[in-house]
Amino acid sequence: MKVRIFVTYKQSVFDPQGETIKDAIHALGHQGVTGVTVGKFFDVTFAPETADVEAAVQAIADQLLVNFNMETYTYQVMEEK
Amino acid sequence: MRLAVIVFPGSNCDLDLYEALHTVCGADVEYVSHKATSLAGFDGVMIPGGFSYGDYLRAGAIARFAPVMKEVIRLAKAGAPVFGTCNGFQILTEAGLLPGALKKNDSQRFVCKTVALEVVNNQTRFTHQYTAHERINLPIAHADGSFYADQATLDQLEANGQVVFRYAEENPNGSLNNIAGITNAAGNVLGMMPHPERAVEAILGNTDGLRLFKSLLTPAAAD
Repeated sequence: MKVRIFVTYKQSVFDPQGETIKDAIHALGHQGVTGVTVGKFFDVTFAPETADVEAAVQAIADQLLVNFNMETYTYQVMEEK
Repeated sequence: MRLAVIVFPGSNCDLDLYEALHTVCGADVEYVSHKATSLAGFDGVMIPGGFSYGDYLRAGAIARFAPVMKEVIRLAKAGAPVFGTCNGFQILTEAGLLPGALKKNDSQRFVCKTVALEVVNNQTRFTHQYTAHERINLPIAHADGSFYADQATLDQLEANGQVVFRYAEENPNGSLNNIAGITNAAGNVLGMMPHPERAVEAILGNTDGLRLFKSLLTPAAAD
């Protein structure tokens, strides 16, 4: 089973990469773009017999992937191909 | 006082820190590997700058899980002095020994220059040889040095005198409240983005960092 975990800065935290990219998008002429958020995603693959995948995802995010001082996360279980 | 300079894969200021303490200050100091499982016999810990584990995930995030960090946390909780500069500061926040976090510089640039600092609190074991509100200059060299904490944490840091160094002229990275260095509530853990170890000898062009190490090695009368 594969889970995709998205990590971004909290909305209240200034995202310098997002701002820089937004400026570049404006330079391309797309003035209608009002915001860009940059984040990271992690595709985490679990062995099929893993008991509680969602609990594991939360523990991994809490303890390693996310710094809750400044970041937040969401995740989605990927469709099996 | 016997001090450990922790060496992680990717540390690159460990030699500077060792030389500042050993050669310049004559301190009893030893390199200790990130794999070490004991810091028995050490009275304090120095965490150097660099790019531990390539800054993968977040600066300092992986170093927190190195075997030696359990011992660093043990010593910190016991009240021993723990100092982290640059990547060391990032590691101390990731390990939960200092509040807040260091994020990417607002400018999106790696900034390498000498900056003016105010010694906001000279009543710490790391700064008692500076005068109150003294202006000093120290080098910085980082891409992820923008100090961030929520408002409640910032208020607490300010109220408790935990802000030890502040950028005095320009703010080079977007740090909230111009914060360049903080201690924990107990005052025995100091993290700062500037590099005092690069300013300890006249031949380096700057000796403003020297008194930080002298302060640490010469406890004030009040200690």
